[in-house]
Amino acid sequence: MDFINQVINGLSTGSMYALVAIGYTMVYGIGKMINFAHGEIIMVSAYVALICMSTYHLPVVVSVLISIAVTALLGVVTEKVAYKPLRGKGSLEVLITAIGVSYLLQNIFLLAFTSSGRTFPQIMPSGSIKAGGLSISYITIITLVISFICTGILLFFINKTKLGKAMLAVSEDQGAASLMGINVNNTISLAFAIGSGLGAVAGTIYGCKFSLINPYIGQMLGIKAFIAAVLGGIGSIPGAMVGGLMIGVAESLTIAYISSDFSDAVVFGILILILIIKPAGLFGKNVREKV
Amino acid sequence: MKKKLVRKLVMQLVAFVVIFIVLTLLMNTGVINTFWAGILLLCGINVTLAVSLNLATGYLGQLTLGHAGFMAVGAYVSALCSIYLNLPFALTLILGALSAGLVGLLIGIPILRLKGDYLCIITLAFNEIIRVIIVNLKITNGAKGLIGTPNDTTFAWVFWLMALTIFVVYSIVNSRHGRAIIAIREDDTASELSGINNVYYKILAFAISALFAGLAGGLYSHYIGVLVPKYFDYNKSVEILVMVVLGGMGNLPGSIIAALVLTILPSLLMSFSQYRMLVYAIVLIAAMLLKHSDAGIALRAKLPKFHRKNKEVTE
Amino acid sequence: MAQPLLKTEGLGIQFGGLKAVDEFNFEIEQGQLFGLIGPNGAGKTTIFNLLTGVYQPTSGQILFEGQSLLHKSPTKITEMGIARTFQNIRLFKDMSVIDNVKVGLHHSEEYHLISAILHTPSFFKGEEEIDRKARELLRVFDLEQYAQVKASNLPYGKQRQLEIARALGTDPKLLLLDEPAAGMNPTETADLMKTIELVREKFGVAILLIEHDMKLVMGICEKIAVLNFGTMLAFDVPEKIKNNPQVIEAYLGSDE
Repeated sequence: MDFINQVINGLSTGSMYALVAIGYTMVYGIGKMINFAHGEIIMVSAYVALICMSTYHLPVVVSVLISIAVTALLGVVTEKVAYKPLRGKGSLEVLITAIGVSYLLQNIFLLAFTSSGRTFPQIMPSGSIKAGGLSISYITIITLVISFICTGILLFFINKTKLGKAMLAVSEDQGAASLMGINVNNTISLAFAIGSGLGAVAGTIYGCKFSLINPYIGQMLGIKAFIAAVLGGIGSIPGAMVGGLMIGVAESLTIAYISSDFSDAVVFGILILILIIKPAGLFGKNVREKV
Repeated sequence: MKKKLVRKLVMQLVAFVVIFIVLTLLMNTGVINTFWAGILLLCGINVTLAVSLNLATGYLGQLTLGHAGFMAVGAYVSALCSIYLNLPFALTLILGALSAGLVGLLIGIPILRLKGDYLCIITLAFNEIIRVIIVNLKITNGAKGLIGTPNDTTFAWVFWLMALTIFVVYSIVNSRHGRAIIAIREDDTASELSGINNVYYKILAFAISALFAGLAGGLYSHYIGVLVPKYFDYNKSVEILVMVVLGGMGNLPGSIIAALVLTILPSLLMSFSQYRMLVYAIVLIAAMLLKHSDAGIALRAKLPKFHRKNKEVTE
Repeated sequence: MAQPLLKTEGLGIQFGGLKAVDEFNFEIEQGQLFGLIGPNGAGKTTIFNLLTGVYQPTSGQILFEGQSLLHKSPTKITEMGIARTFQNIRLFKDMSVIDNVKVGLHHSEEYHLISAILHTPSFFKGEEEIDRKARELLRVFDLEQYAQVKASNLPYGKQRQLEIARALGTDPKLLLLDEPAAGMNPTETADLMKTIELVREKFGVAILLIEHDMKLVMGICEKIAVLNFGTMLAFDVPEKIKNNPQVIEAYLGSDE
């Protein structure tokens, strides 16, 4: 029974990773870059939600919506200012810039809020459902539900709407897409906006789950979610979802049965295995280089 | 050709000797105080790190983000050899470097098939795993840090081992082996079809790069009082990579200068320590945009040129 | 009887369900100049990729001097004596012209890494020898004055010649040229024809040439293979190829 409990907890944390991983996967699929600052953008979203609720006493839903909007805007602005000028110049340059942006955000928030954590308001009901030997907290359930709803909406948007299809086209072939009249710049901005917005949802969930946030939370969260994206096959949204869930479960089981000291190592170990055995990830496709 | 090269190398050796004598004199007479002497020592270690990473990232063109991991292996192996086996300092440095090289070799074999961002992320993963292992080992005293390593690292050791690293990397890249390594960076299909064994040279360059990172680690562990695993995390790897990128990929003098600047500058900002990383971040973004974006290139074109590289050929 | 330099038997490769090359049989003799033509997408470059180990064939056999090339790495095949150029020039762009050739000469003087670091006499001797050979090759292509220029700064036609020089550095017995005249103006093409013939005489290599420029192919090749949809359509001397109705149809389409 304990095992099942741990799996469910893992799925819940994993679904949070999945929301972040979707951001990586969309940006990588469409912008062809690892947005190393994505984790920090989520850290920002958690602070925005916190300030709205604690300082301005806004209702939860409004706070979360503001957080989503601010974060989406931040994502788009980052792209326009820092990444767009370097598009097509080589992945190393973009990577370093993204790392620069992540340091920048982290340090701005360190200056503003110091490194000591802030308590995140409890907006989700505490307590848990008990059935049989199972004991599942409400937060766990709500997290799972919200994550799945968000992913569902996103998948619908991408596969059924014109804008979504434009995104798919840009991720396949930027040049061809622009020849078909798709505005590549806007599509990339949209990918950043959606990715960051979903990240904001994850940011609020993070706050509720761990009830303490500090300017460093983005780094590990970002790296783990990126691993989830690679595991699922970068560029694939269902892949990011599955990858996130797997990372969450692996982590939760390691903490429960081995040691919390090794949870990060296990996550990185999974990444190494998947990259060595199947670099394209579970749902990715292998591309043959043309000679 | 032989005469020219030998003369050049001798001249460089003379330059190094002069710099060494001047710096030593300044330190002995107290013109450079102990604080700055410590910074100079760190400069030497960071130059060693940047130059060695340049072999893997600049010349071989493989984006790696795990150099601090190899440095950690060298640091801990040499420190433990000193503490528990009482080996002579030089020997512990060699053992540390060899272990790091070996780890680089073992890691390199499976991962160097990957390219670009994937390689970057997998090296980061290895970096973190090495760190987690160190944190969880008893013999390394985990996160609390290892104490009792003798303070054997002197400025002379750092300076001359740094010089050795520069010399070795310089010699490699200016040989047929170095041309093979650079050719792989330029076009790995064409290099293979020109008879270059890509796998061999990738692993070779990666392992040598790790070996010298391990050497730098050994110097560091015998300098710092308390050796903590936290020092060797992802941020240290980023710091070294940034030195290479700012100095110019495959540019040895560039990485030396960048390593010096990026070690000295933060020390100057010591009194503004809370703004230090902020400034660092802004410099990083600005440097990348200025150096590589179209707007940045246009802006630099307006500035007076001091020299012109690579003459253009027109017909 | 001497065995042919290169021989393929039933060579084929499939990508998914598509047969890119099928039942391809041909032979090249020592020192022969051989043309491979065919419409776009006929599988010409794929054949080059099969011969150089970039792709593994799904059927058939390739024999080079009687030795099978199957499951050999591109590096190994290059060492055995097959060198090539590329349809879309693949030089080492940031390296100097002479260093590009020196990469090709990698195996000509095999001094050890340790010698390079210690600067032993064998390092200096090896480097001097490589330098001498590289300059000799550059001289053949009239590239000597560009030796220190970055490869990407060379004019287009010169880049194609540099690629051939680099390939010759590996000391091949068979040289594969993938559309060497692509993008060249008539004067450059005429120069190239001379160079190709010169290369064959001077280095004694067999040359297999993919080309769309019919004048060039018909002008210098001794034998021509015509490829269409991955299969051999005709294999003959230039005069006969010119008048082969099947070949004309493949290129121009039939009237029906």
